[in-house]
Amino acid sequence: MAAHTLSVLVENRPGVLTRISGLISRRAFNIESIAAGYTEESNMTRITIVVNGNDQEIEQVTNQLAKLVDVIKIVNLTKVDSLDRELVLIKVKALPEKRSDIVDIVDIFRARIVDVNRETMVIELSGDQDKIDALCEVLKDHGIVEIVRTGKIVISRGPLPAKEL
Amino acid sequence: MNGAEYIIQFLEKKGVDLVFGYPGGAVLALYDALGRSSIKHILTRHEQGAIHGADGYARVTGKTGVCFATSGPGATNLITGIANAYLDSAPILVITGQVGVDSIGRDSFQEADIVGITMPIVKHNYLVKSLYDLPAVLEEAWNVAQRGRPGPVLIDVPKNVFAGVADFPEAVFTPPNRKIPLKNSLEKQIERAVAALREAQKPLILAGGGVVASGAEDLLAEFRKHTKIPVVNTLMGKGAVPEELGGSLGMVGMHGKPAANLALSGCDVLLALGVRFSDRVTGNPQNFLPATCIIHVDIDPAELSKNVHTEIPVVSDVQKFLTLLLSRLKEEGFKPRYGPWLAQVDAWVKQYPLHFETGDLLKPQQIINEVAKQVTGAPVVVTDVGQHQMFVAQFFPVQGKRNFITSGGLGTMGFGLPAAMGAAFGRPGEQVVLFTGDGGFQMTVQELAVMAQYQLPVKAFIINNSCLGMVRQWQELFFKEHYAHSLFSCGPDFVKLAEAYGVKGLRLAQPAELAGTIREALQHSGPVVVDCLVDQGENVLPIIPPGGQPNEMLGRWRGEAHVSRIS
Repeated sequence: MAAHTLSVLVENRPGVLTRISGLISRRAFNIESIAAGYTEESNMTRITIVVNGNDQEIEQVTNQLAKLVDVIKIVNLTKVDSLDRELVLIKVKALPEKRSDIVDIVDIFRARIVDVNRETMVIELSGDQDKIDALCEVLKDHGIVEIVRTGKIVISRGPLPAKEL
Repeated sequence: MNGAEYIIQFLEKKGVDLVFGYPGGAVLALYDALGRSSIKHILTRHEQGAIHGADGYARVTGKTGVCFATSGPGATNLITGIANAYLDSAPILVITGQVGVDSIGRDSFQEADIVGITMPIVKHNYLVKSLYDLPAVLEEAWNVAQRGRPGPVLIDVPKNVFAGVADFPEAVFTPPNRKIPLKNSLEKQIERAVAALREAQKPLILAGGGVVASGAEDLLAEFRKHTKIPVVNTLMGKGAVPEELGGSLGMVGMHGKPAANLALSGCDVLLALGVRFSDRVTGNPQNFLPATCIIHVDIDPAELSKNVHTEIPVVSDVQKFLTLLLSRLKEEGFKPRYGPWLAQVDAWVKQYPLHFETGDLLKPQQIINEVAKQVTGAPVVVTDVGQHQMFVAQFFPVQGKRNFITSGGLGTMGFGLPAAMGAAFGRPGEQVVLFTGDGGFQMTVQELAVMAQYQLPVKAFIINNSCLGMVRQWQELFFKEHYAHSLFSCGPDFVKLAEAYGVKGLRLAQPAELAGTIREALQHSGPVVVDCLVDQGENVLPIIPPGGQPNEMLGRWRGEAHVSRIS
């Protein structure tokens, strides 16, 4: 069982995310993360899905997704040289005497502090999953109030867009 | 022109001459336009009857069935029928009414999110929120239902969209390109198939519903004539190859014919045409024919390696594949040399015929055999679901094209009667024979009203064992004869029930009346219901216990008193 990243290009139609996520779950596959957003084309949405499965299972889920009328193209970016990023916002307890410790950690991770109040800070970081996991781990000692993660987005290296891969 | 009129005009342009449906508040404008058009409407007595009717119509004609229903309960009553059509790949266009756009999401009267509800059981569905989207949606929906692997498509139209007036733009459908590049080209896979058949000692063809869907029956006959490869069929492939001497060995799977299942487990190359390797065929898919080279041809790429791993997966329409394969085999002067294998198959056919005991009580198999003997020409044969369905699959030799209609994938009790009704509308003037059970018949019995109204030539034989036969059989075999809630202690008088609807009713209770009563039924020109009282204890044999392999059949073989495993 390995995590596969599928880049699913879809028509910008109502309910398309429900169709995709519904199909994956009713065919008994688990979605690890899902991220959707607009693209370079106004009528196209790109959904990046991370699913677990062996090669045969991933082929099956890909073929099932490809049958959906609203799906334009699916690329398995796991098999392509590519960059992946995730964005996280972390609200962490930061009483005045602890702030400098947290600032040090933020520097080391090349993260950013985007909001401060008397008791907490909000830290923003983008990077791959491991880096984000590591920051969350280190900040645990200071008391994490909440974490929001976007799920992974992936883009291939090289000149071609996914729709032409 | 309003939205409703546009929809009706669209259907007329597509050649639709018949719609099954049931009106209601949200579709009043649609029915107003329908009532002023050339399209005939069949008012069923329940929406489930309408959708199964459209399904039966689609299956016997190969055309897209059309079904209308109103919002809320009208739409939700269609669900079983939509799921049924989805699993058996029948092309149906469903148009449901919806509450007005401004009322959506407010739990309005007769509001149900039918697009959300049906999403897992349609090829695609639409909620048309703008009048101006109608042309493009209709054009796309019509194409989606028919193209590739057929299936049901639903369009949900709010009341105000039916009523809204507009100048509608022209819509053109552009077929989508393949979304995933094929790993192997068709040409390459044909070469691999040719190589496999060249090496094969014991090849076998498994014909499925895809042969019927692609209209490849004649081509398959030619292919068989040229290659001499024996054929077995799935339930959905029944009728794709005539069941006569030298034709199909019959159905494979859980209740398949012994020779067909033995051939399946004994073959070294399996040419599987338009099948989906259902669990009723494979048992445990992990152990299915581990030593056999399977060439799996299907138009739907998602069927390849879904249930069973196959050596040579081919994405193709069966007709196109067979055309190419046959010309390739002719080109290289292919000569069949499967003598010993054909002799073995013949020996199995002779050694293990289907067998049942006759006695004082009528047996379902006797009735099916007698009807098959007496019918003239090639009638459309329709079944409901359960024991009688398997007996028909085993005993009724279906002839002609698109002449076997059954609920294969979903196993929908109540499908039979409305599907037979739809079949009779699809093939006017032809005889339709329906076999059903006393359980399934009561689920959609109201459609007798339509049978009577149009005097449809449907001969309905109720194989009446006063119980849910298949449930009873499994309770006997696998639950220590604990017949929990499967035996009917009270049932209607089906003869009187038929007569109450204005349909001729007959009763067949004794073996001595067999030939005479069936003759009387078949000679009657209009609809007939024959209440056939049969032995409650009769089981469908052979049976492969769940998870078993094709050769692990339990049956009562000739000369044996008890059920035993085939040896």
